[in-house]
Amino acid sequence: MLYDIGLTIEYDYAAASDRSRTLVRLLPADAPGVQRVLSQRLDIRPRPDERREGRDFFGNRTVMAVWHGPIPSLQFQLALRMERLAIPARADLSPTLRALPAALAAETGLGPLSPHHFRGPSPRVPDVPEIAGFARGLVTGDMTTQDAIRTLGHALHAEMRFDSAATSVETGPEQAFAQRSGVCQDFAHVMIAGLRALGIPAGYVSGFLRTTPPPGQPRLEGADAMHAWVRSWAGPGIGWVEFDPTNDQTAGQDYVAIAQGRDYLDVAPVRGALRSAGGQDSRHAVDMVPLGEDA
Amino acid sequence: MPAASSPRRPDLFAGYNRLPGVADELFDAGGQMRPVWRRFVDRFAKLSPTEIATRFERGNNYLRDAGVYFRQYSTEPGAERDWPLSHIPVILHDSEWDEICAGLAQRADLLERVVADLYGPAELVRDGHLPASLIARSPQWLRPIVGVTPADGHYLHLLAFEIGRSPDGSWLVLGDRLEAPSGAGFALENRMATGRIFPERFPRAYIHRLAGFFHDFRAQMERLAQAEGRPGGQSAILTPGPSNDTYYEHTYIARYLGMLLLEGEDLLVENGALKVRTIEGPQPIGALWRRIDAAFADPLELNADSRIGTPGLLEAVRQGNLSMVNALGAGVLELRAMMAFLPRISEVLTGKKLALPNIATWWCGGETERDYVLSKAEKMLIGPALTPALPFDVTARTAMGGRFAGGAEGDLRDWIEANAAGLVGQEAVALSTTPAWVTEPGQTLAEGRMEPRPMTIRVFATRTPAGWRFMKGGYARIGHSGDATALAMQKGGSVADVWIVSDRQVPKYTMVPEGNAPFRRATPGVVPARAADNLFWLGRYVERTEDAIRLIRAYHLRLATTDNPADPLLRRLRAFLGGYGIDLGKPVPDALIERITMAQACAAKVRDRFSVDGWAALSDLHKTAAQTLRDVEPGDDAAKAMFVLVRKITGFSGLVQDNMYRFQGWRFLSLGRALERADALTALLHGLSDADAPDGALDLAVEVADCVITHRRRYAVETSRDTVVDLLALDADNPRSILFQIQAMREQAAALPGAMEHGRLAALSRAIVPIEAFLSVATPDRLTPRALLKLRGDLSQISNLVTSAYLR
Repeated sequence: MLYDIGLTIEYDYAAASDRSRTLVRLLPADAPGVQRVLSQRLDIRPRPDERREGRDFFGNRTVMAVWHGPIPSLQFQLALRMERLAIPARADLSPTLRALPAALAAETGLGPLSPHHFRGPSPRVPDVPEIAGFARGLVTGDMTTQDAIRTLGHALHAEMRFDSAATSVETGPEQAFAQRSGVCQDFAHVMIAGLRALGIPAGYVSGFLRTTPPPGQPRLEGADAMHAWVRSWAGPGIGWVEFDPTNDQTAGQDYVAIAQGRDYLDVAPVRGALRSAGGQDSRHAVDMVPLGEDA
Repeated sequence: MPAASSPRRPDLFAGYNRLPGVADELFDAGGQMRPVWRRFVDRFAKLSPTEIATRFERGNNYLRDAGVYFRQYSTEPGAERDWPLSHIPVILHDSEWDEICAGLAQRADLLERVVADLYGPAELVRDGHLPASLIARSPQWLRPIVGVTPADGHYLHLLAFEIGRSPDGSWLVLGDRLEAPSGAGFALENRMATGRIFPERFPRAYIHRLAGFFHDFRAQMERLAQAEGRPGGQSAILTPGPSNDTYYEHTYIARYLGMLLLEGEDLLVENGALKVRTIEGPQPIGALWRRIDAAFADPLELNADSRIGTPGLLEAVRQGNLSMVNALGAGVLELRAMMAFLPRISEVLTGKKLALPNIATWWCGGETERDYVLSKAEKMLIGPALTPALPFDVTARTAMGGRFAGGAEGDLRDWIEANAAGLVGQEAVALSTTPAWVTEPGQTLAEGRMEPRPMTIRVFATRTPAGWRFMKGGYARIGHSGDATALAMQKGGSVADVWIVSDRQVPKYTMVPEGNAPFRRATPGVVPARAADNLFWLGRYVERTEDAIRLIRAYHLRLATTDNPADPLLRRLRAFLGGYGIDLGKPVPDALIERITMAQACAAKVRDRFSVDGWAALSDLHKTAAQTLRDVEPGDDAAKAMFVLVRKITGFSGLVQDNMYRFQGWRFLSLGRALERADALTALLHGLSDADAPDGALDLAVEVADCVITHRRRYAVETSRDTVVDLLALDADNPRSILFQIQAMREQAAALPGAMEHGRLAALSRAIVPIEAFLSVATPDRLTPRALLKLRGDLSQISNLVTSAYLR
C-alpha cells in the first residue's frame, strides 16, 4: 500500500524563545519487508542556524535543529510518501511464557535489537504493581508469548476507554491505568508495563495510522494525531511483533512507523529545550491518505 | 586482643581496647603499636587534656571561619551542619600506601578497558563476561553515548576508590567512584585543619603533601582542554549548584585550582562547541570536570527532567570538541553488581588477578550465585544491585545477617527470588578500627578519651601522560560507634585526615610555581554572565534591605514619640512601605527577612568569588534579624533593633567597598547598589515631598537618607521641599543623592567590556548620560512628582539594559 502522509506541528511562544535547540524524530527509516521511504521532506521554520541529521541508539533518524537567536514560534512540516507492506500470516512459533526466560538468557548482545533493553523499567514506564497484577491475572505459564501479547492487548482495550481529554503527554501509565482511560500513548505505556511484568520485552512505536478506513470499516482511534503502539519480543523465531492496544489489532498495513524505543521519551517527535519566560501553545495536524484515494 | 601490658604503651591509650576479630590501625595483631604511629603518638602523649582540647578547638575554629560546612540531603532543605572532623589522623606508611596504589592503578586500567568496551564493541557482554540484562537495566549505562569516543581517547581521568582493611590486615576495594567523585577538596580542608591542630614541624616534615596530586590533576585538565586538532578553550568545573550536598567542596576546589565554577545554565552549545556565557559574550570551554551525574548533563538527550544540565552538551562531546572528566556514562562502572564480574574480567582481559581484590560480591541474577547468596545470607549484606551505593550504605530494603535492616517482615528467599536481577550479596566484612577522640554527650573535649572506630579511606587518582598518579593522603570516614559492621558507617559518622608518612623528610610542594620561574601575573578570568547577574542582584538586594531597615527604624522612632499609630505621618509611612510589600503589622516585617534571604541566595551562588568575611557578615545579619523578629516590641525597642541592623549591614557594605578586588564582577555589584539607591531615593522623594505630605515628612526623608546633619550645615534653615530635593537629588557631593549614584553608575558602565561601540557610547551609557545631564543642571522645582516618576521608569529601563547587554 502506498501512502501520502502530511504532518504539521506548530508552537507559539508567549515570549520569544532564545537559543532554542530541538531534537526531532519525525523522519522514518526503511524497514526491510515492512516499510519503505519513497520520498520525504521536513521543513522547519524559522530556518534553523544549525541542522544536523543522525541516528540514535535504536536506529531512529534524528534531526538536531538549533537557533542562535530568539524565535517567536516554531513550525515543523513533514511530507512523506511511504510504501507499507502486508505482514504475511505465520504460525505461532513463540515460546511459552514459562520457556521465555531461557530464550532470553540465550540472547547475548547489547545491540539495538537486543530484547534486554526492553525488559526493565524505563524513564516513562516504571514498574506498576497494579498493572502487573492485572496482566498476571490474564495469563498462564503454558500460554505462548504471542498469545499472551494478544490477550493483554485485547483485555486493555476492553478495560480502558479512549478519551483524548483524560490525560496529557506527561501522564504516566500508573495514573492512566488507575483512571482506565487515556490516548494511544497511555494505552501503549500501560501495555508495555504489563508485558514487562510478564517477562516479555516490550517497547514503544510512534508513527501514523491511515486517516480514513478502507470502505466498510470503522474509523480508527488516534488517526487525527501521531499514533503510538507496542512492539514486543516473542522469542528468537518470530522476533518482534507489533500490536496496537488502542484499536485491539496487530499493527498491519494501516500503520507506518516513524521511531521506536523503550517508551515515549525515546521517540518523542520533538524534544525541545526552549529558553522562554512564558508558556507556549502548540498545534498538531496529521493526515495519512492511501495513494489514489486522495480527498 | 588488647595488650595493656605493653611497656611502651602511653597512658592516653590505656583504655584503648581493640575489638576482637578486627584489624586495628594503631596496634598490630600482637598488641604492639605500629611503628608508623610512633612519632605522632610520642608527641600527642605529651599533651595535657587541656592542650588537646585547645588544639582541637583551633582546628574546629579554622573550619568554621573558613566556612566549611556539610550539607545534608535528607534533612530539612538547606540544613548545614558543622564539618564533622575527627581530629586524630589515620596514619599509614608510604611503603604500604605505594603498594595499595599499585593495586589501584591496575584496577584503574581495567576499569578504563571495561568502560571503553561497554560503549564500544561490547565484547565482554557478547562473550558472556557481563550479563546483557544487567547492563541494559542499568540507568547509568547511557545509550546515547554508545559509539561516541572521547576526544582524547580516554574515558577516565579522575578516580576515587573507597578502600577498607579486612580482619587479616589486607586491603579491599569497597567501591569505585568515577561518576563525579567527591572528597578531594574535603581532603585538602581536613589537611588544613590538622595543620592547625598539629603544627609541629617534626611530624609534619615526614608527611607527604597533597599539593602534588592537585598539580598533576590541574595539568591533566589543561591538556584535555587544549588537545590538539580542535578549537580548545578553558577548563572548568560543572556543579549542580548550591543545593548539592558537596557544593561547598566545589567552590573550595574551584578557588584552589583556579578554575571557573559553572552551572548548566552558564553554558551553551553553538556549532557543536561548548561555550560559557560571559559578560563579554560566549567563550569556548575545552574540558569540563563535572560534578553532576551524567544523566542530568543534557536534558535534550539524557534525563529530560534535568534542570541543571546544558542542552546540546552531548553534541559537543560527540563532535569531539569537549573532554569530560569523567566521560558521560562512566558511572555504569560504579554499580555494586559490577564488583561481581571485575575479578574474572581482569583475568580474561589481562591474564592477571586483581592485586587488590574488591569486596566479594555475587549478582543474584545468576542462578548459581543466587543459591550461594541464599545459603550464606547470614554472612552477607544483600541489597540493590543497580546502585552505586557502597556496601555499607544500608537502606530499609537491605538484608543484613539474614534479616531486613528496616525490620520489615517477609521471607528472604521469596524476596530474593522475586527481585533477583536487582540484587547482589556482598560479604559482610568487619572493617579495621583507628583511634578517634570520643566525648560523651555533655563532656568537654578535654574530658574525651581515645577509642577504636571503624574506618574506610577514599583514595584519589588522576591520569597523567606518565600513568596514574595518586594523592598521597586521602579522606577517611570514621564510624560513629565501635561496631565495626555496617551500621556504624552510616550517616552521622565523622571524617579524618589521612597521613602518609615517610621515614625520611619529604620535599615541600605547593601549587605555587618554583622559585626561579619568572613571576607571571595571572590574567583575570572571564566573568560568567550568571555570576555577574547574581552580583548585580546581590548589590540591589543589600541596598534594598538597608533602605527598608532605615524606613522601619524611622517609623518606630516616630511611633515611640507619638505613641499614636493614627498619626498622619505614620499612616503615610505605612502606606509608603506597604507599596513595597512591607507590612508594619509586625515590628520586624517578614518582608525584611525575605530581602536578606534573597541577598544571601545571590551571594550563595557566587561563593567561589566572594570573600569569607563578606559571607560571614551576611549570615550574621540574617541571624540577627531573625532573632530580633521573635522578641522585639513596636516603638523604641524595634527602633533600637534597627540601629543594630543598620550597623551590621553597613559593615557588609564596608567590606565590599574596602576589600573586594575591582574585578569586573565587582562592577556589577556596585552598579546594582547604585541603581537601587538611586531608585530608593527617587521613591522616597516621590513618596514624602509632595504638596499633600503631612508635617514632618520632609524631615523624615532627610533622616531616612542619613542626611540630618548635612542638611543642617548646608542650609541652616528648616527643611523645605527645595532644600530636601537639592540635597537628596542634585548634590553631586552627597553619596545619598540621586545624582551621585547616577555618576557612579556612569563610571562603572564606562569600565565594562563593550562600553564603546565604534567610537560611540554603547546603549547602557547612552541611557545613563542624559539622566546625569538633566540632574546636573536641574533646579529643585524641575523635579516634580511627575519627573520623579519618569526617573524611576528610566532607572528600570537601565536595569533591563544591563541585563540584555551582559547578563543573558
